[in-house]
Amino acid sequence: MDIPYTVQPRPDTGVYNAKVGMWLFLASEVMLFGGLFSAYIMLRVAAPEGTWPHGWLSIPLGTLNTLILALSAVTVLLAWAACKARLFDRYKFLQGITLLLGVIFLGIKGYEYHDKLTHYTAVLKDGRIADGHLVSATGSEVVLKGEFVAERSDLADRRGRAKSHEEIRIARDQVQKMQRYGPAYNTYLALYFTLTGLHGLHVIGGLVVFAFLWGPGSRLWRTDPDRFTNRVEVAGLFWHFVDLVWIFLFPVLYLT
Amino acid sequence: MSDVDTSAFQQQVRRCGVIFAAVACVTLLMVGTAYAPLGAEALRIGLILAAAAVNASLVGGYLMHLFSERRAIYAVLVFTAIFFVALMGLSVWAQQDHPVVAR
Repeated sequence: MDIPYTVQPRPDTGVYNAKVGMWLFLASEVMLFGGLFSAYIMLRVAAPEGTWPHGWLSIPLGTLNTLILALSAVTVLLAWAACKARLFDRYKFLQGITLLLGVIFLGIKGYEYHDKLTHYTAVLKDGRIADGHLVSATGSEVVLKGEFVAERSDLADRRGRAKSHEEIRIARDQVQKMQRYGPAYNTYLALYFTLTGLHGLHVIGGLVVFAFLWGPGSRLWRTDPDRFTNRVEVAGLFWHFVDLVWIFLFPVLYLT
Repeated sequence: MSDVDTSAFQQQVRRCGVIFAAVACVTLLMVGTAYAPLGAEALRIGLILAAAAVNASLVGGYLMHLFSERRAIYAVLVFTAIFFVALMGLSVWAQQDHPVVAR
């Protein structure tokens, strides 16, 4: 049985079914991310003054990732345009570039996650607070590369502050509490990991579809190029949405 | 392969190049605003979010073809926009409903 309107537009909507389906799916995605953004706004507005973190993320890396994702949005559109123009080799090249850019985006994100998950705050029994990246931890000693601060609130705003690379050696029995910069550290990091983690899952999902359309799925080109072109288009729409979400995540988490 | 197909593709390449350049410029402007000594925090956040909205409209309008889409797609998006605004409105409303606690 043939599925109707996979290539030809439906008379009532004017577009083929997969495209309407993708837009309906994206509408539900808007509400999913909208709920999380609304949680971000509520928690940020409710945070006591001076406690909301600033400058905790690398702006150069965030900017680079924004440009990488924007470039991949362009290459995915051009891959579709190549299909429309019946330039299959060009499609393979451009879709391959898109895949590569998506993997680079995830690699940079992974590096940022690693940077956060190896960063610790140690509250000492004498009241001092050590903050920095973990160098080593043994049964008797913890070594951090960072700085001492008087108050935890001193860590909130790091804009314009030079990174300290002083090596701090702390005896284990002096540590009262030690916590890494994971989702449980504070509200900001909980939101950061939730929002970027969900976005990262969408990137992975998009890459899986692109890899299929680049590899085994591209066999459809030989038998039904128009249907294949439409598949590339709807996958591209999803990718553009992923780019759109990042366009707002970047300023919200990195710049404001 | 017809020449017409190739020329249409080349035109699309040029157009995409312009859009990417515009998105890159607005992104760099947005980053510059984050570092700029503007004084008022609200103004800085407002400008940064306005730049993000410009980038979003470039991606949505040109790359997702929303500037020249069918009515059925617009209908879906209008409903989405209504529900999205209601969602954000509920958040703001809930925020106003909190008792004021002296800190």
